[in-house]
Amino acid sequence: MTISLMRLVLSALLGLVLLGAGPGFVTEGRSQGAADIAPAVARFAADSYSDTEAGLAALALSPNPQAAAIVDAVGDGRLMFDPATKTVYVKTKAGGLTDAATGAAVTTAPADLKTVRLNNRVRRAVEAAAGALALASPDAAKRIDAAGAVFKSRDVAALPALDAAIARERDTDVKAALAQARAAIILTKVDAPEAERIAATKLIVDRGDQEALALLAGVPADASPALRTAADAGIEKINRSLAFWNVAQNIWYGLSLGSVLLLAAIGLAITFGVMGVINMAHGEMVMLGAYTTFVVQELIRTKAPYLFDWSLAIALPLAFLFTGLVGIVIERTVIRFLYGRPLETLLATWGISLMLQQATRTIFGPTNKEVGAPSWMSGAFQLGQLSITYNRLCIIIFALGVFFALLVVLKRTSLGLYVRAVTQNRRMAGAMGIRTGRIDALTFGLGSGIAGIAGVALSQIDNVSPNLGQGYIIDSFMVVVFGGVGNLWGTLVAAFSLGIANKLLEPFAGAVLAKIALLVFIILFIQKRPRGLFALKGRAVES
Amino acid sequence: MLEFLGRTTKGIGALAAAAALAASIGAANAQETIKVGILHSLSGTMAISETTLKNAMLMLIDEQNKKGGVLGKKLEAVVVDPASNWPLFAEKARELITKDKVAVVFGCWTSVSRKSVLPVFKELNSILFYPVQYEGEESERNVFYTGAAPNQQAIPAVDYLAKEEKVERWVLAGTDYVYPRTTNKILEAYLKSKGVKSEDIMINYTPFGQSDWQTIVADIKKFGSAGKKTAVVSTINGDANVPFYKELANQGIKATDIPVVAFSVGEEELAGIDTKPLVGHLAAWNYFMSIKTPENDAFIKQWQTFMKNPKAVTNDPMEAHYIGFNMWVQAVTKAGSVDPDKVIDALPGTKQPNLTGGVSEMLPNHHITKPVFIGEIEDNGQFNVVWKTDNLIPGEAWSKQLEGSKDLVADWVQLKCGNYDSVKKVCLGTATK
Repeated sequence: MTISLMRLVLSALLGLVLLGAGPGFVTEGRSQGAADIAPAVARFAADSYSDTEAGLAALALSPNPQAAAIVDAVGDGRLMFDPATKTVYVKTKAGGLTDAATGAAVTTAPADLKTVRLNNRVRRAVEAAAGALALASPDAAKRIDAAGAVFKSRDVAALPALDAAIARERDTDVKAALAQARAAIILTKVDAPEAERIAATKLIVDRGDQEALALLAGVPADASPALRTAADAGIEKINRSLAFWNVAQNIWYGLSLGSVLLLAAIGLAITFGVMGVINMAHGEMVMLGAYTTFVVQELIRTKAPYLFDWSLAIALPLAFLFTGLVGIVIERTVIRFLYGRPLETLLATWGISLMLQQATRTIFGPTNKEVGAPSWMSGAFQLGQLSITYNRLCIIIFALGVFFALLVVLKRTSLGLYVRAVTQNRRMAGAMGIRTGRIDALTFGLGSGIAGIAGVALSQIDNVSPNLGQGYIIDSFMVVVFGGVGNLWGTLVAAFSLGIANKLLEPFAGAVLAKIALLVFIILFIQKRPRGLFALKGRAVES
Repeated sequence: MLEFLGRTTKGIGALAAAAALAASIGAANAQETIKVGILHSLSGTMAISETTLKNAMLMLIDEQNKKGGVLGKKLEAVVVDPASNWPLFAEKARELITKDKVAVVFGCWTSVSRKSVLPVFKELNSILFYPVQYEGEESERNVFYTGAAPNQQAIPAVDYLAKEEKVERWVLAGTDYVYPRTTNKILEAYLKSKGVKSEDIMINYTPFGQSDWQTIVADIKKFGSAGKKTAVVSTINGDANVPFYKELANQGIKATDIPVVAFSVGEEELAGIDTKPLVGHLAAWNYFMSIKTPENDAFIKQWQTFMKNPKAVTNDPMEAHYIGFNMWVQAVTKAGSVDPDKVIDALPGTKQPNLTGGVSEMLPNHHITKPVFIGEIEDNGQFNVVWKTDNLIPGEAWSKQLEGSKDLVADWVQLKCGNYDSVKKVCLGTATK
């Protein structure tokens, strides 16, 4: 054991010397597989970023099957070395230890192992090396990823491997990706023939995205005129198509912002819109919903981790019930004594909102809580030049789902009928045998419950902190007032039009001015149409 | 039922202990004590950051009392809650100085809160230690700045990016208030003096608590695709950071493509985020919890024991309070009195070992010398230090980069002036600022 270890040390040290002499030097006395990567592996024990980088670059060109494992290990922080003997080890995902150069399992782990450190330069080298190594992967998706990595790194050293990969590739999609990667290298390679570089420009232009633009813009001004012209023409072409996609993107962002506004405002559309209660504690209901999600996730993490992907689905009904209950309690204990006194209601609910905030702060602490995203809500997909993130898409669908469910409840159920009856003419409804007090409590509970489920969704995109609700209260009132108090459809239209208008303004005016402009617009609009976009008609309005 | 009974008795035990504690505090009150005011928000938006500092101060005072207090007297902490309400900061400061007769106040986080209490400290002639990195352009006789001035955080960070990451295009993104605006003005002037063209600088401001970052992140992505290496210098305020980093991750921007260097994101802020998508993004501070020195190890252990939480994290402003508090203790011991005038005179020149292996000194301009570290975020919520300055950097009250402030000198020892115009040879006094 000790002898083999000694030999390894020696070979590693020897390798370090040899690397200076030039790679590809064949040493005798050791198995061929270990020999060709030993010098590269030894560099990882030097504990310097530039040595690690050099080691990675050398590994990227190696056909040795150990190379990929080592590169992966560097990226994950699983590559260790013994500072005393300078031996490098890979910690496997299962927790075992193998010798990096040979791949042989190590049974007795030496003490004081240090991890090979990472910084951004090393991370870039890892990406490039992993890309170059994965070009030969049997999995087509991995080969496409690899092509993407090479496209980004533009590492000239990867060119032979890339050419070989293109030659043996059968899959057309992968082939196209590989060709683009090759074009990227050729374009940046100063000593490549001009005709080839111009041909590469064409391939890059076909790609048509921001990265292609970056690549073309990077062609130096002192390049040959023909190449420069081709690049400039390409830039113009890409810019034209991107201008269209930009508008599409802004509208998509607007829809997404609109869905968030809708979610935040929809509960208020019930408590303020339908019932007429100026409910300043609405934002805190959203916050309580988000904290419910946090508590559910904490329980799942400790008790049943396999349920994690379902955590949001489990949190939804719980958040609805919990915040609904809080809403009912608030209505029964405070608000019902204040009907018809808007100023007192405003002050009382504002007080309640402060109390709820501070209570949350006392129980959970003032810091943000981490609410994780289930795996199916992370990531993005490409639609043309539009990158659509799953969590935003889910929130849009969810907001619309909640909206229509609420509409059905109000229009098609007996509770909805009672709610409408009580809000339109309380005394008449009472005379018909409807228990108006009970309906008031249930309606307020419904509005609060919906704010709670909005909190579950918003926990995915915002901070879960005691201040969560404050950020939404003004926006919510803005949407409800703009849409027309008491009109659900108005809330929907208002949320989406404000969202889209905001996002179309933002690129020109900046985030701060866009928001101010919208507020000014709404103030002017309310002057002209005090009842909002869709005014209710009928007796309720006159009274 | 039995368990319930057990819990009740435990509760009674705790009550008894609390009563005993109260009694002992009462007894301590009977002797003469030196009162130390703590002015940090425990409720409202800033509670997220300031609560920790209050606890850190309690720990430091507790520790000092175990060593026998100061001048033979025990220290007594007076905690007030200004509730993230800027005018209330001034009221509470007045209350601390006039009613509680505190010898010194440790407090404030935002620049607005500091500006709000300034007149009170000047009028009543008391001492404030301010522990947070700030925009500079200020030096007051009654205030000691233990956080970083822009030249101790922002400028070294930009130098690092330009040198190590070869950054040529800059996005200066910040929340719309005084600290980011001034810092970005200084940075813009600095970058231009280094030959960066205006079209390679993008400045963006967002409202407090911004949660929808889609457009801005898309803009950053677009700005970064001009063929030059791009980085974001972020002065985005606490709460808005989480959605910002989430959006970066969502749109697939990694630290290896466009690194973000932040001046307001520390260990405490990272505790509430899933840091996996953030790995490699940077922060510039004068202290990181991950720095291995005997002093720091001891401090972390002490803090975790005090908080009864083995996972409690330490951060940069806590170290600033550690340095400031110990400097104050030294100055009081040297002056032999807690009289503000004597302590203010004794403070410049005091030296205190910081937690990262150096010795910080209080300068005549009431700022201190500090080392600067650049750390990369790791997946465990800690920072991996990738760069540090060779020496401790003296804090500059007045930026060398800004017109109108580059000629100003702050010196409370020789010149007795916070804004001495070295060209006109005159102290501008309090009239201008």
